Amino acid sequence: MRKRRAVLCMSMALAAVGVVTACAYAAQDNQVARDSEDFSAIERGHYLTIVGDCAACHTGPDGKPLAGGRPIETPFGYLRSPNITPDRQTGIGQWSDDEFVSAMSKGVGRDGRHLYPGMPYTYYDKVDRKDLLAIRAYLQTIAPVRKAVDVNQLHFPFNIRASMIAWDALFFHPAPFKPKAEKSADWNRGAYLVEGLMHCGACHTPKNVLGADEASATFKGSPLQGWFAPNLTTDQAKGVGAWSDDDLITFLKTGHNRMADASGPMAEVVARSTSQMTDADLRAVTTYLRDQTPPPPSMATPLAPDDGAVKIGAAIYRDECSACHKADGHGVAGLFPALAHAPFVVSDDPTSLLHVVLRGGQSVATDAAPTSPAMPPFGWLLTDEQAAAVVTYIRNSWGNVASKVDADTVAHERADLAKRTD
Amino acid sequence: MATKLPRKDVAIIGLGWTGSILAHQLTEAGLDVVAIERGPWRDTATDFSPAYMQDELRFRIAHEFFLRPAQASLTFRNNENQEALPVRSWGAFMLGNGAGGAGIHWNAETWRFLPTDFTARSHLTQRYGTEFLPKDMTIQDWGVTYDELEPHYDSFEYLCGTSGAAGNLKGAVQQGGNPFEGVRSRPYPTPPQKQGFGHTLFGKAAAELGYKPFPQPSGNLSEAYTNPLGVKMGPCTYCGYCEWFGCGNYSKASPQTTILPVLVRKSNFEARCECEVTRINLNAARDRATGVTYVDTSGNEWEQPADIVILAAFQLFNVQLLLLSGVGKMYDPKTGEGQIGRNFSHQTMSSATAFFDKTKFNFNPFIASGSIGMCIDEFNGDNFDHGPLGFVGGGYIGQVQTSGRPIENAQVPFDTPAWGAKWKQAVKDNYLSTIYAPSACHGSCYSYRTNHIDLDPTYKDRFGRPLIRMTMDLHDNELKMSAFLTDKYAEILQHMGANRVEKTPRKGPYDVTKYQTSHLCGGAIMGDNPNNSAVNRYLQSWDVPNLFVQGASAFPQNAGYNPTGTVGALAFWSAKAIKEQYLKNPGPLVHA
Repeated sequence: MRKRRAVLCMSMALAAVGVVTACAYAAQDNQVARDSEDFSAIERGHYLTIVGDCAACHTGPDGKPLAGGRPIETPFGYLRSPNITPDRQTGIGQWSDDEFVSAMSKGVGRDGRHLYPGMPYTYYDKVDRKDLLAIRAYLQTIAPVRKAVDVNQLHFPFNIRASMIAWDALFFHPAPFKPKAEKSADWNRGAYLVEGLMHCGACHTPKNVLGADEASATFKGSPLQGWFAPNLTTDQAKGVGAWSDDDLITFLKTGHNRMADASGPMAEVVARSTSQMTDADLRAVTTYLRDQTPPPPSMATPLAPDDGAVKIGAAIYRDECSACHKADGHGVAGLFPALAHAPFVVSDDPTSLLHVVLRGGQSVATDAAPTSPAMPPFGWLLTDEQAAAVVTYIRNSWGNVASKVDADTVAHERADLAKRTD
Repeated sequence: MATKLPRKDVAIIGLGWTGSILAHQLTEAGLDVVAIERGPWRDTATDFSPAYMQDELRFRIAHEFFLRPAQASLTFRNNENQEALPVRSWGAFMLGNGAGGAGIHWNAETWRFLPTDFTARSHLTQRYGTEFLPKDMTIQDWGVTYDELEPHYDSFEYLCGTSGAAGNLKGAVQQGGNPFEGVRSRPYPTPPQKQGFGHTLFGKAAAELGYKPFPQPSGNLSEAYTNPLGVKMGPCTYCGYCEWFGCGNYSKASPQTTILPVLVRKSNFEARCECEVTRINLNAARDRATGVTYVDTSGNEWEQPADIVILAAFQLFNVQLLLLSGVGKMYDPKTGEGQIGRNFSHQTMSSATAFFDKTKFNFNPFIASGSIGMCIDEFNGDNFDHGPLGFVGGGYIGQVQTSGRPIENAQVPFDTPAWGAKWKQAVKDNYLSTIYAPSACHGSCYSYRTNHIDLDPTYKDRFGRPLIRMTMDLHDNELKMSAFLTDKYAEILQHMGANRVEKTPRKGPYDVTKYQTSHLCGGAIMGDNPNNSAVNRYLQSWDVPNLFVQGASAFPQNAGYNPTGTVGALAFWSAKAIKEQYLKNPGPLVHA
């Protein structure tokens, strides 16, 4: 009771300075969150943590849910995700709601400490306070885990937290989500999710040298942990412009569609998050993502079949790849991804293609698509030149057009993969 | 001293085909299930990579996927006058190991037995009289009928996506299928596989001779398929590396490609691999299983209590565990008493090698699958009159050449030198123009008083337990049948236009070093009363009613087909009885 009175007082004080609307809103929200028995808020909060895929980063190698400790790779060194269970010493049990909301949407944690943008507060500023408090309400209900995590393992000067004040000043201008009146409710819901909790751009939008999103290149794809998070624009070749709405929804719901199978980091996103989202939300996400002006189709032409690398690649493809991916590059729906017209194949950055060729990869298993087919590794079999030839062939066959991949690029990817244990 | 673990509803011994089917069915029924598997976990991309799977030396010759005799073996003798000696390298049959069991390395021929196979003794004595069967032949009726098993054959085929042509759809004989098969309730889930040149030519020749050839039912799929569990399989690429190998293309039906992906997602399922069950624990009265004891790779011993025990190991090891655990009574061939180890049988395989003019015939034998081929069923079971022939049983006959793998398929006429320039020239001359299908005549193997399994008095395994001892020989009935089938097969090959046909009918004595399928059967057979069988018609032990013994160990004798279709059907049939009858009223399901 005492807390609620305090909130009321605060609301009144705010009203006194004239912020009438905002105050009423906040008071109402706080009431929602204050009621720790509010089952529907807790349930909604649980769903929103799934939408935000909080567990992906905040569950460490020990598997204790949301107890942190997972290494988060950045170009500036590693972060370890903090413990967000309600443990009062090592988790966020002692945080006030406002401290929680501040961390989520302003990137300023308890005691005014600045968060690193590995935590996507640059997206969560778009999330309604009401939703943030629902998340908070849910997080208060999970089992507390006592586990201290040393978050900051970055290189100098980024290991100095205060450097983030400057970073925020340069790249972070918090603004709540503003619905567009001219767009449908579906579109606005999709925009709210994609630009907010789902933080799709955190992986799929290219970054500048200081790790901030390149606003001019939204969703054009970005390197990520030994993969390339693919282009989500409506580009017909390099994005998902050739996919139907149902292709995209099916992919997010099941991890598979008639052309593609989610593997790498996206497998995890599908397993933990999108496969558990409601159909209505997935449709909204799709509506929003599809509403982009596609770039004009490329006039580029593929490398000629008599190109040396293409010829060698064609022979290797026939021997090693065609049994599953088929001579026409169309694969088998839901089992072996199509390589023809596949965005990840023709991406300017061939990292993902090289990753699966060299190391293989397992696609996601979901309740709707439990098979979880996998690609075996070929890194032990193919030399750098051979791997370069076969991916060059794949990138220039069946209508695909993309740059030649050289042996040095393969060698670089091979060396990078060798350092990875995941 | 074993460490006692928390109780489970069900402990399954072995995670091959039957263990996987039972685990799926029983977890669906809400039970908490643990499967304890002697070998390693195996996964398609990790263990059957198409980047290296086509390695005949590694997998076919060096037996990479199989049980190592140093871990578990058996002793062998032809008859009771011999001293049995340990088998130190697999020969006559292959013993699978690991998750998927023999389901990973099989050829995926997915047959149904004939309706009369299930009533073998009563049918044959009715038709030919009681004196027609050899005196020491111990064949008997199964206690279950084809009609009862039909829905479960169907379940197994739809689980596997089996590719084939129906021969008898709801009583209507179908053109292009096997006209002798039992009535099936619906077509195969996928159309038959494509046939190679040699297979097609055989079908044509057989038809010209008045037979009704049909494509072999295949668990290597003709097209992509999604089974009722939602698991997807890919179309077969006809690489010809099926038997002895794992399929890297998700094309061959196996627990990995049909069930395990769903099973591993279940919270009420757990697999413990590289854990070898050493005994089924019984209560003092020996009428109830209390669980199992197993040993892990560190030598730690664990006791897993369970309300239901499913014995789903390979035939030999089912029998061994029953004997070592004291379930029922060991069979004694002298007195005919005891049921455990009785009616052991195998398969009577034979063939003929046909050499053709290389300038006219190029069979491209490397384009194949494990269950490709055109077959005829005129000489199987009792589809023909045995009266004038003096034997019973039979088998399907087919051009079922499953590969052109170079080591096995370097076939040359028998008068060629065994090595040197002339041998090399003969291999070159014949490789592409020879038909070599070692299992072309898939003869039945009926059971006899003297063919049985017991415990060896001398040789022990690494735990100090007696090895199983196999006493096995071929009888005149099977040798006559094999000669007959081989002659019929050779006639068709000759009609195809072969220059030379070399017949290799099965000869005695039974040779444990020569491969003749891995279809070991019997030893814990099913039947209608405890005086003629180890398990009842639901595969429930007569002696220990909370123990169900799966697999071909239940076959009272082996028919002229590959057994896996029937093994799968029996597993579904048994699972249904457990779910619908046993769980409601735990106790004997049959009172005899």
